[in-house]
Amino acid sequence: MHKLKPLTPLGSHTPRVDRIGPFEIAETVETAFASVAARNGQEAAVISAMAQNHGLDLPVAGKAAQAGKLAAFWISPSQWMCAAPHETHELLAQQLKATLGDRASVVEQTDAWCRFDVTGKKLCDLFERLTKADVRAMPPGSACRSTVEHLGVFLWRTAEDQMVVLGPRSSAASLHHALVTAARSIA
Amino acid sequence: MIINHPLLGPRDAQEFTYLGDAGLMNRPYWLSETALQQFHDYLYLRENPAGEHRELWFHEQGDRSWLVVTRNTVTHEILKVELARDVALAQKAANLVQEPSQ
Repeated sequence: MHKLKPLTPLGSHTPRVDRIGPFEIAETVETAFASVAARNGQEAAVISAMAQNHGLDLPVAGKAAQAGKLAAFWISPSQWMCAAPHETHELLAQQLKATLGDRASVVEQTDAWCRFDVTGKKLCDLFERLTKADVRAMPPGSACRSTVEHLGVFLWRTAEDQMVVLGPRSSAASLHHALVTAARSIA
Repeated sequence: MIINHPLLGPRDAQEFTYLGDAGLMNRPYWLSETALQQFHDYLYLRENPAGEHRELWFHEQGDRSWLVVTRNTVTHEILKVELARDVALAQKAANLVQEPSQ
């Protein structure tokens, strides 16, 4: 078993990077994900436990937060997606569960998603062709869930010129095709 | 159509799916003496107003919250949007206040 070689969501041994005009669309595999859902009536307790144990202030609706290597964005009432580098936080879900205990349900999400980092100055021009979400009203540090070509995706604005797109891993090729096609149409 | 989500602001209606009359939140008590009649009414009888209508919408391609949307079925104007959870909790609280007087 130890000799198995990991494949990226697009099915290759190395993550794919496309440079199209002003845009770079990079398949990214180095992030571990875990979702945290506060149990009934435990939202405040989860927020304070995250702040105490991980130094992270869990964000309000539509927002993202970062503390050192650990990041989180809001996905639903009393629910957050946490992200951290896979190299240092391969067991992110277990690490979070250890500190949150019965206050929250934590689910490993790493291999459920494909992640594309889309970088470029005219980011909003690109995403207004792809999604119904109002990306111009999303400053850096915002995140939301919407659709891109009928796929449910998370859009996470990490910088003025960077949008992280998380889509279902099994639809990675379709999502990649959508991103590349939209980028070509305005490049 | 744009639905003004109470937490997320204006969102396109394509992100939502529609369930129906908000009365569906008031499921009859199954051990009631008249449960059969109540469940018949719950399942089959709906108001079909030309005008203001309270209905349940699910933000399926968003944060997956249930909303109670008050919409004018003639003009499609959306008059009010609330989290179904808040509506249900408010109802529960109102019932608790009523009970002692019964």
